[in-house]
Amino acid sequence: MKARVFIRLKSEVLDPQGQAIESALKNLNENNIKNIRQGKLIEMDIEAKNVEEAKKSIENITVKLLANTVIEDYKIEIE
Amino acid sequence: MEISIIRFPGTNCEVDTYNAVKKVLGTTSTILSCKDTVIPRSDLIIIPGGFSYGDYLRSGAIAAREPIMSDLIKKAKNGVNILGICNGFQILTECNLLPGALLKNSTLKFISKITNIQITRNDTFFSKDYDKNQSVKIPVAHHDGNYFVDQETLRAIEENDQVAMRYAEPINGSLNNIAGLYNNSFNILGMMPHPERAIDNQTGSNDGIKLFQSMLKSMSL
Amino acid sequence: MSDKDIYQSHGINEDEKKLLLESLGREPTVTEIGIFSVMWSEHCSYKSSRYWLKELHTTGKQVIQGPGENAGVIDIGDNQAIIFKMESHNHPSFIEPYQGAATGVGGIMRDVFTMGARPIALLNSLRFGEINHPKTKYLLSGVVSGIGGYGNCVGIPTISGETGFDSSYNGNNLVNAMCVGLTTHDKIFYSKASGIGNPVVYVGARTGRDGIHGATMASGEFDDESEKNRPTVQVGDPYAEKLLLEACLELMQEDAIVSIQDMGAAGLTSSSVEMADKGQVGIELNLDRIPTRQKNMTAYEMMLSESQERMLMVLRPEKTQIAKEVFLKWGVDFEIVGKITNTNNLVVKHNNRVEANIPITYLTDSAPIYKRDISPRKKKSKPSASMKHDINIKDATLKLLNSPNICSKKWIWEQYDRSIMANTLNPAGDDAGIVRIEGTKKAIAISSDVNPRYCTAEAKKGAIQAVAECWRNIISMGAEPLAITNCLNFGNPEKPEIMYDFVKTIQGITQASKELNFPVVSGNVSLYNETNGMAINNTPTIGGVGLINDITFLEKFGYAMDNDQVYLIGNKGENLNCSTFEEIILGTITVDPPDVDLQIEKMNGIAIKKLINNQILSSCHDISDGGLMISLCELLIKSNIGANIKITNNSKILEQLFAEEQSRYIISVPSNKQDKMFEILDNASIQYQSLGNITGNQLKVNDKIVISLSELIEAFENLIPELMAS
Repeated sequence: MKARVFIRLKSEVLDPQGQAIESALKNLNENNIKNIRQGKLIEMDIEAKNVEEAKKSIENITVKLLANTVIEDYKIEIE
Repeated sequence: MEISIIRFPGTNCEVDTYNAVKKVLGTTSTILSCKDTVIPRSDLIIIPGGFSYGDYLRSGAIAAREPIMSDLIKKAKNGVNILGICNGFQILTECNLLPGALLKNSTLKFISKITNIQITRNDTFFSKDYDKNQSVKIPVAHHDGNYFVDQETLRAIEENDQVAMRYAEPINGSLNNIAGLYNNSFNILGMMPHPERAIDNQTGSNDGIKLFQSMLKSMSL
Repeated sequence: MSDKDIYQSHGINEDEKKLLLESLGREPTVTEIGIFSVMWSEHCSYKSSRYWLKELHTTGKQVIQGPGENAGVIDIGDNQAIIFKMESHNHPSFIEPYQGAATGVGGIMRDVFTMGARPIALLNSLRFGEINHPKTKYLLSGVVSGIGGYGNCVGIPTISGETGFDSSYNGNNLVNAMCVGLTTHDKIFYSKASGIGNPVVYVGARTGRDGIHGATMASGEFDDESEKNRPTVQVGDPYAEKLLLEACLELMQEDAIVSIQDMGAAGLTSSSVEMADKGQVGIELNLDRIPTRQKNMTAYEMMLSESQERMLMVLRPEKTQIAKEVFLKWGVDFEIVGKITNTNNLVVKHNNRVEANIPITYLTDSAPIYKRDISPRKKKSKPSASMKHDINIKDATLKLLNSPNICSKKWIWEQYDRSIMANTLNPAGDDAGIVRIEGTKKAIAISSDVNPRYCTAEAKKGAIQAVAECWRNIISMGAEPLAITNCLNFGNPEKPEIMYDFVKTIQGITQASKELNFPVVSGNVSLYNETNGMAINNTPTIGGVGLINDITFLEKFGYAMDNDQVYLIGNKGENLNCSTFEEIILGTITVDPPDVDLQIEKMNGIAIKKLINNQILSSCHDISDGGLMISLCELLIKSNIGANIKITNNSKILEQLFAEEQSRYIISVPSNKQDKMFEILDNASIQYQSLGNITGNQLKVNDKIVISLSELIEAFENLIPELMAS
């Protein structure tokens, strides 16, 4: 199975990279875009019996290593 | 007096730290590999600066999960003194020995300069030789030194006087200008400035000497 | 693809194709065409420059190894040696500034630690287009973070450098990176392979499809299509470099390495060919053993890949196991991929097939060499009357301080870790950077210099000036200049005027380095720096290294102190030709750069060094861009203090303040040490004159021109931060 973990800074944490992208877009006159947040996507293959089991182990490694839950939120996708 | 320095792949300040300990304390320390599972009995464990595992994923994140860290955490809880410098500070927050996290500098750029730092208290293992509120000059060199923690914990840190040092002026977006932080039992210090690079006026400052001397004094008691 | 196309797309022209077919006596395989194309590219073969490079002055009793190895080696006494080189990464940095610059730093570091030295300092020389050109901001920002991102992570201080801007670089920026390393005489490693049957070992990062044809790219002109070349740019991994560095240096403590070579441009091909060529042996590679990152790579791809952070070594067979253990301990791939043979051929096998079998000399000695046509360019004539009488000196000074080539580069160097290794002895922005040799009283001073305006106006004079200024910058830190490296950045050598300037440049460097005993020990040539037919200014960057035997004098040296007396060493300025003043304030075409009298250069320099070493001076700054006035301002800004200056001949005041005549310094000396200073200067018959004294917090010239220190600082500091924030 393919797993994807989306990680981004929590909404209350300042995201200077997102802000930088936003101001760059303003300079390009793209004024209808707001609230940019930059994150990362981690992709992997996983062997598991079913989606549930896969999700559980991905959740486990995400909390253990992939995301720092002090500052980051995450979302897991399995397909 | 036993001092251990932990080296991870990508650590690059272990030799500077070793040299500073030797020059100021007159003692040799042991550089350990992070692949060891046990840290020998130590009065002080130092996690030096660098880019452990390239700082890939997040600064300090991969190092914080290395085999040696479980023994370090155990020793920390038993009161062994631990100093984390720069990447060492990041690793200490990643393994939750210190609260909060170090984000990218708000400038989004690496910052390297000799910085004015205020030492807040002078009654800990690490700070005895300084004056209270003493201003010192110590170099910083980091990309991720922007200290962040939730408001509640921040309040607790301040009430408990856990802030060890602050930047005299904002440089990287750190909350309350925090440059260095103690845990709530004050046996662990994480700091972004590099005291090991400030032991000789010819290199710009010797204000880091007192940090090493404080630790020496504390260990000799 | 037709037969003609395949040669053409490999940058092999008709004559070269003929030579290739004649030497080989048969149709080459695709892999062989690839191998020939990179080995015969300008970048690897130096086919346009080789003929002239032989003229360089490369010897001296300080020289242990001159050009021809990965880097040059010089003796600094006590069994210690310094290994250093400068290299360009211009084209890749234009296409992808962060990765191009980062891999430039990585490559030059490998050149140094391949030879056994631990890198102790980095410096870089950068050139960008006009400061307001739409791409400049993006390129500057990317190049600077790339340099920092790589050097900071490996943990080597970046301690010096220069950055210039000019419209000639609008389509071709320059990134020249220099690395300086330290070793001992008994631990210098060379690339000459030997020992028939000895194993050839691959260490470092895995091979991917990166940068295939980087070497041919670095040898061709840009056009508007080049930006689509992005995928050929290599990506740097400083973490992998750090591990490779530590593993190599650890293995070098054992007697295991016969020869070692960095896989730079043209990767496996050039490294294996160079090692075999130097040892006059053959080499056989089995590509099935190459650690790869991607599946199903072809022989062609593996031979031409420019994946970074890789090395090729020939080991003593009995030490192979020890070597393997060292590399595995550091988490670095280690694979025996071939052996040294007695065939004098490069043999490449893959999937049980011979993919290439080429006599090594076809790729090296018999590679094409061109003595290209030369002819001087038409001299620009100087415009006659210029409106010098209207100049307000205060405004001109502030405008110069705020101009791109003079202003503070703090925005840049604050992104480079300067203090790591805890041996950097001076603040950024000095004439040269200084690093102490750990555990000794010795230090190394390094500087990089070139004035492309001079070099383009008159190539030979410009080259002499670049060498002399580098020498002077090292002198003004109290160090003994020892040797240089260079990066010769030019346009298309097939244009006779450019080739002419190249030849004159070599002559100029040779003359100055002979006269000043400042030999060339390593270097690199970067040609075809042109876009749509527009060439860059001639930019022969000189990187110099000097030695301080005892750093004690530095304790009280570097800053102008209150009540110091200020002197000019050298002649009074009389001629504004080709000066920054002419360029920025008068806006005229600049011709006829200042002459350097190398005898006076030497005399003045020796006297200055003596004054500094004997702890007579508080501060010293060489006079270069912007003349006496700007050098004085820079000294005051650094020292955070003012001065009171008198210029006697009022009719030539602009010349005296802003001329860029050579071999000159501004110094400050405590009053009670003046007599000792006069004695040394008079005994050496040095020309000098009193200018005034250090005092207060403003710069006063003849009591009429008054500029506060804060005005100076604002003009000097604001340009780049304002640009980057806009």
